[in-house]
Amino acid sequence: MPFHFCLVTMEALFGKTLNELTTLAIELGMPKFTGKQMAEWLYQKDISSIEEMTNLSKKAREILSSKYEFGLVNFTKVQESVDGTKKYLFPTVQGKFIETAMIPDEDRKTVCVSSQVGCKMGCLFCMTGKQGFQGQLTAGEIVNQIRNIPEWHEVTNIVYMGMGEPFDNLEEVLKSLEILTSEWGFAMSPRRITVSTIGIIPGMVTFLNQSEAHLAVSMHTPFDDERQKLMPVQVAYPLEEVIREIKSWDFGRQRRVSFEYIVFKGLNDSPRHVQELCKILNGIKCRINLIRFHPIPGTPLEGTDENTLQKFKDQLNDKGILTTIRASRGQDIYAACGLLSTKELMANQ
Amino acid sequence: MPKAEEYKKLPFELKEVTITGNEEISPGVHLISWKRMHQFDPGQVVKIAADPAIAPRIYSICSGNDEPEIRVLFNVKTEGLLTPWLAGVIPGMKIWATKPYGSFKDDKKSAWWIATGTGIAPFYSMFRAGISENKTLIHGVRKLDQFYFEDEFEWAMGGRYIRCCSHEQSCNVFPGRITKYLGEIKELPTDINYYLCGKAIMVVEVRDLLISRGVPYENILAEIYF
Repeated sequence: MPFHFCLVTMEALFGKTLNELTTLAIELGMPKFTGKQMAEWLYQKDISSIEEMTNLSKKAREILSSKYEFGLVNFTKVQESVDGTKKYLFPTVQGKFIETAMIPDEDRKTVCVSSQVGCKMGCLFCMTGKQGFQGQLTAGEIVNQIRNIPEWHEVTNIVYMGMGEPFDNLEEVLKSLEILTSEWGFAMSPRRITVSTIGIIPGMVTFLNQSEAHLAVSMHTPFDDERQKLMPVQVAYPLEEVIREIKSWDFGRQRRVSFEYIVFKGLNDSPRHVQELCKILNGIKCRINLIRFHPIPGTPLEGTDENTLQKFKDQLNDKGILTTIRASRGQDIYAACGLLSTKELMANQ
Repeated sequence: MPKAEEYKKLPFELKEVTITGNEEISPGVHLISWKRMHQFDPGQVVKIAADPAIAPRIYSICSGNDEPEIRVLFNVKTEGLLTPWLAGVIPGMKIWATKPYGSFKDDKKSAWWIATGTGIAPFYSMFRAGISENKTLIHGVRKLDQFYFEDEFEWAMGGRYIRCCSHEQSCNVFPGRITKYLGEIKELPTDINYYLCGKAIMVVEVRDLLISRGVPYENILAEIYF
């Protein structure tokens, strides 16, 4: 069994699916419909204790409270950028932290959630990887990052692009998606959720089968030799195989696939890269999201300049690949994933 | 976990192979083997499963590419599903494996091979394939009995085989982690390749250290066990 962190002392109700809640209710001698009642209290209402589940009998609430906690975990720190982006720091055990970003943009509020404490993937450009892998988050801890921020009623979009590789914590990520998209849960459209991966193929296949949320793949270069120096996962799950798998799925109508591409100066921003991208993405209805690189301590990499970035984008669009540049947000509050939690971790140590 | 029909679509098709050997070379560390059916490059990996309906795990090949068998080295993870089962396989039993694949390959250029624990496997494969002449191997472990294949390495590589042990001491073994060993070297060569294999935290720490000491990141290739 994976090792999960949780700060609550008793088992948490928050993070359980309707099936699990119903089973639990029956086991405790309660009516079957109590499961649905609990789900609505947990995921649709502004309460934070079992005592507040007022349509459950007093006895039921007493029994539940003797065995379970509600399970919300409060953030311990929040930083707000001049552009309105907020970064929340949630504690996990052993003084570790996970980060959650809330990014407002006109009529949208996107929450970027973490799926693991730290990461095992060791990408050269990523700060989270420098913390090493500390543990898996439970579905409850993933969903808590949305439910337990002040803006939770206004959240329009969710991206799994925070700390960790979602498909390395597949079971809990799928469970969190179930809670977010079910009628008894947050009832969000899966079309407002994007899960980002570096290309863990077995997890990606299961996700594509079991969820309707959008997929984003961190590509960063179309060339094998370059990618394996940026992303060690390339050795085990080559991009070529990831693309081959994606080509066997139907994207472009309801469900989208996009490719994340951090643009590094002199590394992956040349016409040769444009050509290769066109070649390998031929036949996939997709979008490329170009991302500005914000250097992390000790990195040998640099972000490309604005002119080259625009030119790169234009060249891809001219070749028929829908390409956008992701707006950089929250730069003044360590918006790059992993920076704030690493800083906090070091302060604690 | 993905079902069998999902895997049929993948290029990493699992085929049944017959186990020819299973040796516990150190407590909780096994070397299993089966007949080699394909050519491969030292450093490549295979996926292994007990059942094709369950997602396979990836392992580095731990044998030379002209040997009649493919061997795989693994730690038994008691909480895992696959390795406790694999530890019990006997000759004649069937497991599922893919063709070798992967791009963790060395060439004839000077290089340092840096591994922790069972991350030694791809380097042993390269060594057995005869690619060790201008290489330096640094192996980091917690306990002395985890220096797998040390007799062979010591005999063939001599002073180019460096052992680092963080929890036990012995003569000719550096007392401490690999990062400490590298930190004590005054000048690291910057014009050679570095190959790293092991857990993420070792790879990240060693990579950062090498880069901070002037090694271009382009000269560093890593394989992470996750």
